[in-house]
Amino acid sequence: MAKKKPDYKNEGLLLPPVIPDIKDWPIANLLRKNKAFVEEVEKESLVQLMKTCEREKISLQQLIEKAMYLERIRIADDPWKIDPPDETKFWSKIKKALVENEQFQEDPEAFKQKNAELAHSIVDRYASEISSSFKPSTYHFAKRFLPFFFSSLLNASAGSNIRSAIYHRIGLQEKVHLKGEIDALRSLSEKGTIILVPTHISNVDSILVGWGLHALGLPAFIYGAGLNLFNSKLVGYFMGRLGAYKVDRRKKNAMYRATLDTYSTLAITHNVHSLFFPGGTRSRTGTIEKRLKLGLLGTAMEAQRRNLLMEGSGKKIFVVPLVMSYHFVLEAKTLISEHLKRTGQDKYYIIHDEFASYRKFLMFVWKALGKTSEITLNFGKPMDLFGNFVDQEGRSFDAGGKELNIREYFMSEGEMREDVQRDEQYTRMLGEKIVERFHAENHVFSSHLVAFVAFEMLKKRYSRFDLYALLRLPQDDRVIPLRQYMETLERVLDRLRVMRDHEKVMMADHLENDPMDILRHGIKNLGLYHTKRPLTFQKGGDLISDNMNLLYYYHNRLEGYGLEKYI
Amino acid sequence: MKNTSKYQAGVIGAGSFGIAMANIMAENGKILLLARREEIADKIRTTGHHKRQDVHPNIEVITSTEAFAAQCELIFPIVPSASFRGMLDDLAPFLHPYHRLVHATKGLVINIPKDQQLEKLESLQADQVMTMSRLILQETVVRRIGCIAGPNLASEIAEGQPAATVIASPFEEVIREGTAVMRSSRFRVHASPDLLGIELAGVLKNIMAISAGILHGLGYGDNTMALLITRGIAEMIRLARIFGADARTFLGLAGIGDLVATCSSPHSRNFTVGFRLAKGESLDDIIADMEEVAEGVKTTFIARALANSHKVSAPITQAMARILQGEMEIQRAVRLLMEFPFTEDVEFI
Repeated sequence: MAKKKPDYKNEGLLLPPVIPDIKDWPIANLLRKNKAFVEEVEKESLVQLMKTCEREKISLQQLIEKAMYLERIRIADDPWKIDPPDETKFWSKIKKALVENEQFQEDPEAFKQKNAELAHSIVDRYASEISSSFKPSTYHFAKRFLPFFFSSLLNASAGSNIRSAIYHRIGLQEKVHLKGEIDALRSLSEKGTIILVPTHISNVDSILVGWGLHALGLPAFIYGAGLNLFNSKLVGYFMGRLGAYKVDRRKKNAMYRATLDTYSTLAITHNVHSLFFPGGTRSRTGTIEKRLKLGLLGTAMEAQRRNLLMEGSGKKIFVVPLVMSYHFVLEAKTLISEHLKRTGQDKYYIIHDEFASYRKFLMFVWKALGKTSEITLNFGKPMDLFGNFVDQEGRSFDAGGKELNIREYFMSEGEMREDVQRDEQYTRMLGEKIVERFHAENHVFSSHLVAFVAFEMLKKRYSRFDLYALLRLPQDDRVIPLRQYMETLERVLDRLRVMRDHEKVMMADHLENDPMDILRHGIKNLGLYHTKRPLTFQKGGDLISDNMNLLYYYHNRLEGYGLEKYI
Repeated sequence: MKNTSKYQAGVIGAGSFGIAMANIMAENGKILLLARREEIADKIRTTGHHKRQDVHPNIEVITSTEAFAAQCELIFPIVPSASFRGMLDDLAPFLHPYHRLVHATKGLVINIPKDQQLEKLESLQADQVMTMSRLILQETVVRRIGCIAGPNLASEIAEGQPAATVIASPFEEVIREGTAVMRSSRFRVHASPDLLGIELAGVLKNIMAISAGILHGLGYGDNTMALLITRGIAEMIRLARIFGADARTFLGLAGIGDLVATCSSPHSRNFTVGFRLAKGESLDDIIADMEEVAEGVKTTFIARALANSHKVSAPITQAMARILQGEMEIQRAVRLLMEFPFTEDVEFI
């Protein structure tokens, strides 16, 4: 073995770092002046709130009252461990101050001033809560610790002992495949600001994305993490210091939204790469996201407009979709059963699931990185915010290959114009484009395919049943004859290949095998983690599902491609 | 400079509707008209007259697509469905992100394997079908897109009769500008944010226009026509919902308004197809002596395949498709439709 390797490999990197010194990373630059940045966020949030008032023709006082009303309901109905103990007191104070301010109504200027002060104190509270606490030292520690942690597990799980682990050094990179437009991503990270938008199916996603970006030599990305994850002190400690800022999905009031959006917008204008999970939460059903939350994407649009207004210094913003494929998902069982239970109901937050159990988590990592399984992170083709593809230099091109200037999207009659409604529509279109790219950049795995075919065959057989009846099929009725199954599988495979040739989807290398091998591979991987197997061979060789909910869940991954026609 | 134009808008297409719309716009300012052929441009320049209409002096005609795109930011392509794609291919290389496009074309583009025939198509998914705005989105850099639709018979507009149109776009900016350009004392402009719904209303109405032609050809009167219009709008809404369009859009000018106008006017090509079918001519003969294809024929087959795939009840469309294919006699189709078990009168709101 050659002993002399470039030293970046010792830090768990596959490629040399784009910016060698952590202190020079945009995120470190920004958060070194964290106090000044939070103040900037507060100031700008207030400006935005004033604009909201103007646009929606309401007073600042009304805005505060509405926020207060919603916050008091939240505090009463949905308290979390992480909530600061003085919340009730804070809002009581606001209430009192609002009443006191009434006396200034005679003097509109003073009245406005008083309410602005009040708004400032609320925004101040929000901005401090949201703010990230990135620490280079924690990052240093984590990047050394995590790969070691994973690779220890990995090697133990691959059946080797610690000693062989040290000799063979099986790395995370051998189980987690980083694919796609990696060169472009690295190059664009220097030319402009990256918005990475991954599919979201498991909390394991964030860990893997974090590792993936690190391994590719990219600086840390800032990302919004659900406040509920900070309920765990240990997780919260690391996440904050690795670049996470806090997003509280319970807070829906306009003042919180404005602060959160401003935080994100300004971080992007400071050239900090960002990570958004545009689906909002993990996909409950196992499908690839079809509807995106546009709020944070909108902040990228606003940041782009502002950057273009800055003469010379404003950077271009690039969107990179990232599709993650797993054979099986840590939280699958909880997610799908919660989904089925609550279909039709408004919303819910899962606080306790497999991710919260360290034992389950370790078990998952063990299995996922074991001998047969694999995970793919596919970095998709980079685009500008208008859905045009960009090259490695960051130049945008139209469908005919002609270069275009994105500044012109903000222009009318020869000048840049501010138009919130226009930009909202651009954001909505970007969302549609990302959904389209998610489907095109998705690597189909054997497990997804075999589950899809099996479930759709049963669905066709019992076409008069609704979903719930189908999921409760008696054991005997879930048997699928092997021959019939193989014929269908081959039809769907053929169709997938045609779609792949038209760049509508991607296929894992193992799908090049013989169909029978694909079936075995799929069944084996589906069954690795779950005790009740979504799909398995019966004694005579026919197929049967021991867990219809999970079969449905894994089948959903291939929904939306129109493959049902080939069943 | 690339885009400080003296023209408030540009119109593509010197057909009768293109000229009629350009004339309306010209009352508000300078308009650039893009004609495909030099002799037409010459004729308009020298005679000030084309397609039985006087051409407003505020209209300037050119034939260079490049020069046209460089001088107009707000562009109205007003071309027949069959020429739309070709027009777009010519225009796309000269378009910039600052352009705004408002089209007036009522047709659908489908994405099916080459060996499949439209008339034989049994199933079709919504994502295989594109309206013109989706096509613009896919083929060009332009994002700010809109359309106009409504009961706009070119001949009546040319005579200066009072009329109205709907401009639809998700972009308020496009609606604002489009309205400012078109509005006049004889032309009202209504707004809608539902671009897809308005496009589909214009497209699906053509199926009903063929049916109306048939009923007229059979000599049926107003009771029957009212029946067609009300059942027709319900069917159009069910079909449009496949694409996620909003039912309310169909109760407006571009939906029920356009449907009433089309079903009572003998001028449209689609109506003529139905009328002549009822008089016993074959579809091939009818198509052979029409200058342009009646878009409704194609739309009927597309709508039938969509209805099949998405399990949507569309008895009128199904009957029209079978008549157009020569699979069913007209009288029998009418009888079947009369016996079809419609239950509720208004089930779509």
